[in-house]
Amino acid sequence: MDLRKNKKRDALLTFIAIAAMLTVLLVMELTMKSTSILFTVLKKGMIYALVAVSMNLLNGFTGLFSLGQAGFMLIGAYTYAILSMPTSVKLGDTVYKYYDCAINLELGIFPSLLLAGLFAAVFAALIGFPVLRLKSDYLAIATLGFAEILRAVFQWDKMGPVTNGANVLRQYKDLTKLRIPFTDIKFPPTLFCFLVAGLCIAIIVLLINSSYGRAFKAIRDDEIAAEAMGINLFKHKEMSFVISSFFAGVSGALLAMYQYTVQAAQFKTAMTYEILLIVVIGGIGSVTGSCIASFLFIACNEWWLRFLDESSNNILGLNILRSGFRKVVFSVIIMIIVLFFSKGIMGEREFSWNWLHKRKKTAATEEVSGDG
Amino acid sequence: MSEPILSIKDLKVNYGGIEAVKGISFDVEEGSIVTLIGANGAGKSSTLRTIAGLVKPAAGSIVFRGDDITGYDTNVIVRKGITLVPEGRRIFPDLTVQENLRVGAYLRSDDISGDFQWVYDLFPRLKERTWQAGGTLSGGEQQMLAVARALMSKPKLIMMDEPSLGLAPLVVRGIFDIIREINAQGVTVLLIEQNANMALKVADYAYVLETGRIGLSGTGKELLTNDDVKKAYLGS
Repeated sequence: MDLRKNKKRDALLTFIAIAAMLTVLLVMELTMKSTSILFTVLKKGMIYALVAVSMNLLNGFTGLFSLGQAGFMLIGAYTYAILSMPTSVKLGDTVYKYYDCAINLELGIFPSLLLAGLFAAVFAALIGFPVLRLKSDYLAIATLGFAEILRAVFQWDKMGPVTNGANVLRQYKDLTKLRIPFTDIKFPPTLFCFLVAGLCIAIIVLLINSSYGRAFKAIRDDEIAAEAMGINLFKHKEMSFVISSFFAGVSGALLAMYQYTVQAAQFKTAMTYEILLIVVIGGIGSVTGSCIASFLFIACNEWWLRFLDESSNNILGLNILRSGFRKVVFSVIIMIIVLFFSKGIMGEREFSWNWLHKRKKTAATEEVSGDG
Repeated sequence: MSEPILSIKDLKVNYGGIEAVKGISFDVEEGSIVTLIGANGAGKSSTLRTIAGLVKPAAGSIVFRGDDITGYDTNVIVRKGITLVPEGRRIFPDLTVQENLRVGAYLRSDDISGDFQWVYDLFPRLKERTWQAGGTLSGGEQQMLAVARALMSKPKLIMMDEPSLGLAPLVVRGIFDIIREINAQGVTVLLIEQNANMALKVADYAYVLETGRIGLSGTGKELLTNDDVKKAYLGS
């Protein structure tokens, strides 16, 4: 009984917290300058949170060590950019300078986002057949390989009429082109990122807590036992792989919206490693961990450590600050985190209201005993 | 005699390039406890893994309740009512006791609350530990969880691979009491054991496996008093 009551209370608290967060975000966007670095961090942080959670679904919850995330983001970003680009731009000379664009189709933002995810998912389903028979490191190498092949193919000359070769894609429907439906009023871009990515993360969380999620975790814990319980290993691995890739595709599309331009060269292995870093720092097998780590990572990378790159700021008269120094400090921070939080910030735990409640209670009792 | 619930004919299994099981035949009567005993490498585990569909047989047939299930996938076999308790317990360490049990009932779409009640009545120790992670249980409790998890699929035949492995004698006795209890409630049991003494005491019928072939067979009591069995497996 008590448990059920708590569940109801937790759902209500979560709902209130999310509503409050979105309201604060909306007010901030309406009152603050839109070029503020805070919004950059929030937008990029949320997009990375989505891809990190999708990677965590595979690595943390299904136990599949896959490193193909950048590849699926690439598919998502390109699909979105190409499909949402106005036909007039495609026919013109500003983007497709050296090729005649072969796709004469223009879709809205939501269909393009959805198709971005679907294309990534279809590709994942296809490579899943050979790749998912591999285990651990071999799976990582194979998925990494496919992601690299994909990048090469998208940059290939012969693919020019579709992907514009190695040249950038732009003038598609990016975040600045968002409008509130049926009006000409701008839709707050950060709020849009939070709504779309938040919805996707919520779907992943529901999946993890469903019976499918339990099967994924069983496979992660012990494949043989899971199979003996009647869980079809390949089917469930493929499902997890496809779903994870779908959301990686959507986050790729969101990244394209955020960036205004898309180029295949950006989606290197280094990008997958950044995401892996977020997953590891946050805690493998923790959704909230991935989200927290994502915002911290992006904030450090883009904002808080920026001052280290400016050579005009001297410390004690020493001229050690110069461009690139930020990365040195950043690496040291990461090493410290890995040394002292070897399971990441959250480990395998999730944020829960119960935990907060208990902490408040112990703090209160400590205060009381302190007074006496 | 009534039709056996499980009937194995000339089963051959190749495992890692060698012929682990070289053509064995045996029957399991409905409602009985049948045990396969034998030394390491006699092919006991391979036999069970093949019946469960984890390994595909090279030849022979497996008939369960009149259906030929030879070479079927594990999920089909579990649905038909055969569940394996794998060797070495293999519970899911990061899932809670309750989640472990839910995974056991993964293929079922009907109401499982009654079955939770059933296994918690069989294993009151697990009920106290519902929210504990499986990996934090003691060895004996993990074995209970492994059996309980298999029971959640509501099997007609439960196969146990070395349930006494690595457990203290007192705990082993507890496990065998549970096996009797489960059997008394109508579940047929196929048991593999190296602890031949205990296994023969609970078994209605027993087969002795020697390097992939069936040597002796008889009721548990007969084999317990058999001189060859005594010498080879009972150490007296």
